[in-house]
Amino acid sequence: MSAELPVEHVAVAVVGGGPSGLTAATALAPVVDGEVRVIERERETGGIPRHSDHPGYGLRDLHRFVSGPAYARRLTATARDAGAVLETEAQVTGWDGERRLLVTSPRGRHVVEADAVVLATGARERPRPARRIPGDRPDGVYTTGQLQNLVHLHHAEVGRRAVVVGAELVSWSAVVTLREAGCETVAMVSRYAHAEAYAAFRAWGRATHVPVRTRSRVVSIEGRTRVEAVVLEHLDTGERTRVECDTVVTTGDWVPDHELARLTGLDLDRGTRGPSVDGSLRTSRAGVFAVGNLVHPVDTADAAALDGRHVADGVVADLRGVLGESDSVPLLASDDFRWVSPQRLVSGQRTPRGDLLLWPETSRLLPVVVATQDGREIGRARTAWPAAPGRVYRVPASVVSSADPAGGPVTISLRSTDLRRPPPRRAPRAR
Amino acid sequence: MTTLATVDVAVIGAGIVGSAIARDLAGRHLSVALIEGRDDVGDGTSKANTAILHTGFDAKPGTLESRMVARGYHLLGEYAERTGIPVERTGAVLVAWSDEELDALPGLKEKAEANGYDACALIGADGVYTLVPDLGPGALGGLTVPGESITCTWTTNLALATDAVRRGAQLLRGTRVTGVESHQDGVRLETARGDVHARWVVNAAGLGADAVDRLFGHERFTVTPRRGELFVFDKLARPKVPLIVLPVPSSRGKGVLVSPTIYGNVMLGPTSENIEDRTATGTTEEGFDFLLSKGERLMPSLLEEEVTASYAGLRAAIASEDYLVDLDADARYLLVGGIRSTGLTAGMALAEHVVGLLGATDLDLTERDDLPEPPRMPNLGEAGVRPYEDAELIARDPAYGRIVCFCERVTAGEVRDAFASTIPPCDLDGLRRRTRMAGGRCQGFYCGADAASLLAQGVAQ
Repeated sequence: MSAELPVEHVAVAVVGGGPSGLTAATALAPVVDGEVRVIERERETGGIPRHSDHPGYGLRDLHRFVSGPAYARRLTATARDAGAVLETEAQVTGWDGERRLLVTSPRGRHVVEADAVVLATGARERPRPARRIPGDRPDGVYTTGQLQNLVHLHHAEVGRRAVVVGAELVSWSAVVTLREAGCETVAMVSRYAHAEAYAAFRAWGRATHVPVRTRSRVVSIEGRTRVEAVVLEHLDTGERTRVECDTVVTTGDWVPDHELARLTGLDLDRGTRGPSVDGSLRTSRAGVFAVGNLVHPVDTADAAALDGRHVADGVVADLRGVLGESDSVPLLASDDFRWVSPQRLVSGQRTPRGDLLLWPETSRLLPVVVATQDGREIGRARTAWPAAPGRVYRVPASVVSSADPAGGPVTISLRSTDLRRPPPRRAPRAR
Repeated sequence: MTTLATVDVAVIGAGIVGSAIARDLAGRHLSVALIEGRDDVGDGTSKANTAILHTGFDAKPGTLESRMVARGYHLLGEYAERTGIPVERTGAVLVAWSDEELDALPGLKEKAEANGYDACALIGADGVYTLVPDLGPGALGGLTVPGESITCTWTTNLALATDAVRRGAQLLRGTRVTGVESHQDGVRLETARGDVHARWVVNAAGLGADAVDRLFGHERFTVTPRRGELFVFDKLARPKVPLIVLPVPSSRGKGVLVSPTIYGNVMLGPTSENIEDRTATGTTEEGFDFLLSKGERLMPSLLEEEVTASYAGLRAAIASEDYLVDLDADARYLLVGGIRSTGLTAGMALAEHVVGLLGATDLDLTERDDLPEPPRMPNLGEAGVRPYEDAELIARDPAYGRIVCFCERVTAGEVRDAFASTIPPCDLDGLRRRTRMAGGRCQGFYCGADAASLLAQGVAQ
């Protein structure tokens, strides 16, 4: 069937028009010989920030502090000005070869054949079923994305009393959105001993008191037509309490949209569940790259965007045929972390912003990071910023710079310490 | 009281069985009303079916159920080809995990043969793992059932009901029967919306069949809702489950099955729990724990996949081991009760059976020669070509290229068609059953708000 489809040839196909994809296209369009095309399934490019109508975007990449929609518009305009072609309402539904994409849009079903592919499909929050929360199936259960979409784009009513599941950065964003929609958050639920991002929110200056149920999980949801209550359980005592509410927002717990990566058989990382990449953000297949929250679910929007800038060098080298196969050393995360990105170290290769990204499972106020290879410590770094669950923790990649390219896997861990305190106040970063 | 309809036959219940009966009767020189208490067809026990087209290999030989399932298998298979109801001929394998289960397999093969099904074959552990390489360790052997197939219960129900309506049956949704008055020439059914006068009444009310039966003065059975909870895993898990993996019934109780779904997902379940409350379609902690423990044994790697959805459905269990079909000529009343999950397969055969029983009455059952063609249903099956991948269709109508549900690849054209169809949806669940809209892995993260506004527009039209 695909043999009869029209084929459009481009130099670079970027799948996904969020911050990382648009920024990659902006960086590539002026330096690549041929078309750079962004394929976006929504009506407009810009990605998740389009739905987050509050300031906090653009700090690291644009050196501004703007709202999500403004940030999305600006990235879109910049990509277009750079000469990238933005194809919207177009969904890549599968592969028709190593770098041939099957695309459906109102303009037709076609194949986009690219010399290089950049996957920038982002991440989504695990919805209720994926969290395996039993109970009734009433209206009033949302993810943050759905909530923001309802409130900001559709101006819909939500409820009056909400329970927010999660206390990550994005969870507080949900609290703000709920407040704007006239809905009070009566409890936040975190499985960690400390609310992951409480301090950040306080610094935002918009807080009232929201009780955080730490070391707790949602056991079930009650209500036949509309949410009536949730039952919470304390993870240590097993004690259960019923909290009356009419709205439940399941926040965070990110899973990358890895369908295309998996369908074409790219190596996936067990931690991030996204494609495994090296420092140049190349996947296990030559000519196929992955950027943004697909490879680190999730960092802030501006950090994802900077991936887009970083990947351009690798893509250009690949197009010129100078990015050969190179030996790499696997990079692993210890149990202190859910994942590390990138997952492969190539000698002499720079990582995005010169950092390694990690997702902590524990809190450290003054973390010390240790890199080991073949039972030997090869690097150690102390960071001035804390490590805490619910947000990316960045470490200078220099901690692994002395890894032996011919050696075994390098493991990153936190030096054990009794120091467990909530992270201090610091400036917020929106997603 | 308002008279909603005056007909030859009123069929109560627009699930699979009621719709099939109404369709068959409407193909004759009869006027028919199809009365549904809920707001949509197939919104009760039929929607929560595991959607397996059964050969009837494991029915109790000699029962009505055995005959109906075997006959219905062929009737529905043929009807599916004519209407476009998706069917995938995956086959099934019963897997033995203990010596007791292994010893039971030859008996099950003989039982299948007693049911007229000769295609089962005993296989060793190697054979089992060749069929399902991802199965957990410890399988001892198996019995193949090549004819078992997967289908779409929603499309089946909708096709039968649509066909009934196009043949002239009057569909009354949101019309719960609250009272019955039999008289010499027929029956007056009281509903919240008005009266239905019928010469004959067929009770195919599923979970409510015993209540309707009592309105006719009978006290002969009680429907015990049997709750079945199940997990639907992400489409990316589908390659792990190429066919239906069935448990072997044993003294340790009923196991659960792992099956591909027609939509390209993997299903694990169902649990089986008798309950009192006929509206308790919530899932439970115990149910989830049970499923996860079973899944851990059956296919540990499946549990690493994302869960797309969890459901709880209620099956209409009765004490009898067989279907309960009975004609009460004096009351002009026919009961079609106790139809368990095999009713998806058996529905069209039960319709035939019902017509046979009514043959001895004053109804004119000659077939009409002016029947419309059966409806051509939208394809919800992953094995067939879906609109989003049909280049010619999109070229003719760009609405089929505008994907509004990214996970399930549902297009604006399909949503439009659903609202313009003979039996349009009236809520998001109804739209999902007609299109798969919002039934995918994001569960509304991307499309939820769009779906709500599409629904508001569609219902307004």
